Amino acid sequence: MRSFSNTYIFVFSLVLVTIVAVLLSFVSMKLKPIQEMNIRIERKQDVLRSVGKAEKADEVSDKNSYINEEFGKYITDSYVVNFRGEKVDADAFEVMLALNTEIRKPQEERNYPVFVYSENGGAKKYVVPVRGKGLWGPIWGYIALEADLNTIYGAVFDHQGETPGLGAEISTAWFQKPFAGKTLFDDNGTFVSIEVVKGGADPSNPHQVDAISGGTITSKALEAMVKNCLAGYEAYFKEIATN
Amino acid sequence: MSKEKEPLFSAKNLKLLSEPLGQSNPITVQVLGICSALAVTVKLKPSIVMALSVAVVLAVSNVVISLLRKMIPPRIRIIVQLVVIAFMVILVDQVLKAYAYEVSKQLSVFVGLIITNCIIMGRLEAFAMGNRPWPAFLDGLGNAAGYGVILIIVAFFRELLGSGTILDMKVIPQSFYDAGYVNNGMMILPPMALVVVGIIIWVQRSRRKNLIED
Repeated sequence: MRSFSNTYIFVFSLVLVTIVAVLLSFVSMKLKPIQEMNIRIERKQDVLRSVGKAEKADEVSDKNSYINEEFGKYITDSYVVNFRGEKVDADAFEVMLALNTEIRKPQEERNYPVFVYSENGGAKKYVVPVRGKGLWGPIWGYIALEADLNTIYGAVFDHQGETPGLGAEISTAWFQKPFAGKTLFDDNGTFVSIEVVKGGADPSNPHQVDAISGGTITSKALEAMVKNCLAGYEAYFKEIATN
Repeated sequence: MSKEKEPLFSAKNLKLLSEPLGQSNPITVQVLGICSALAVTVKLKPSIVMALSVAVVLAVSNVVISLLRKMIPPRIRIIVQLVVIAFMVILVDQVLKAYAYEVSKQLSVFVGLIITNCIIMGRLEAFAMGNRPWPAFLDGLGNAAGYGVILIIVAFFRELLGSGTILDMKVIPQSFYDAGYVNNGMMILPPMALVVVGIIIWVQRSRRKNLIED
């Protein structure tokens, strides 16, 4: 084995690391726009899925333009509101992309994005994103509300790494379907959110859905996420609903 | 350099490709890279992408280390190998995020964890440090193929029995489900991957008696 001087070792490492760093930064710079676009498309698709649109996303050959087209067609308006229900000058999409940092702020200081859906000038539906922490990692979702801003029209949830077959079931239809038709406010107009009930929800109770057997922590985390994220919209929801 | 004119696909070189598929398979014989074999084999598609990613990382790292082998000071060789592997892994990860976003989400951290895949460091240390670039390239491809084949076999059975699909296409007819057949939820969990790998090892060793240790 040849021996190398210490100087050689230092110079060799320095050169190697510099080359690697330069190459990687170059690649990262080149690919960044494409990667960010992927994330935007995914968010748009999620918003559309909560109102039952973009169902052909996996069949079309050019998914990106399909999603962009659908999003442009159905999402007619979007804005950001604050805790007091006032509109804030900000882009709803950008706020949604950074929602994970937004929900760490106190409820009163957060910005709340709203996406308005309407098909052929029909009744409006309002889509709001929710974010939270599951058992193993982040969970998130999108909740679409009817024009009364009380009844849930549809909900989609997803997760990064919940337990397959247990917590991961939050991304399946059997779990999400029962959310439709449930209401967020009780008869007195008090915000009660949706309760995820272990051992079977009472079907006549408008604020309950079934939890997942064996997925209690994820179910509870989801309940907390929905409550935490929707509570801040209360002022806004009431204002719109009374108008 | 004794033989300068060795043909590109000499018997010796071909052996570098074929041996890891069978009698020196990295997963079933050397029992390396098990972690990722358990984690990504729920569905076929991510497994194929994972196998390809490992092939790119392993083949290129092998060639780079082989080219540098006379320049790398032995005292820091492990660090140099790691830098090269990490470079390739980050590259693959970035490309997947840009061009195969869905799959990169399914693979999540496991692309990054290719860095810790023992097969790669093992081949760099055992082969690339002492051989010329072309054999090192073949060795890398061979071992990646040996790894990939097992991944794909495991994923095939797990997806078929666990989800009733192959490459996300339904293969088990609806009439089976109507007749009471249910997908085996156990197959989606990592322990069953270990069982499938175990069965493959069992089959392989009962056919090749020379692999059996006493």
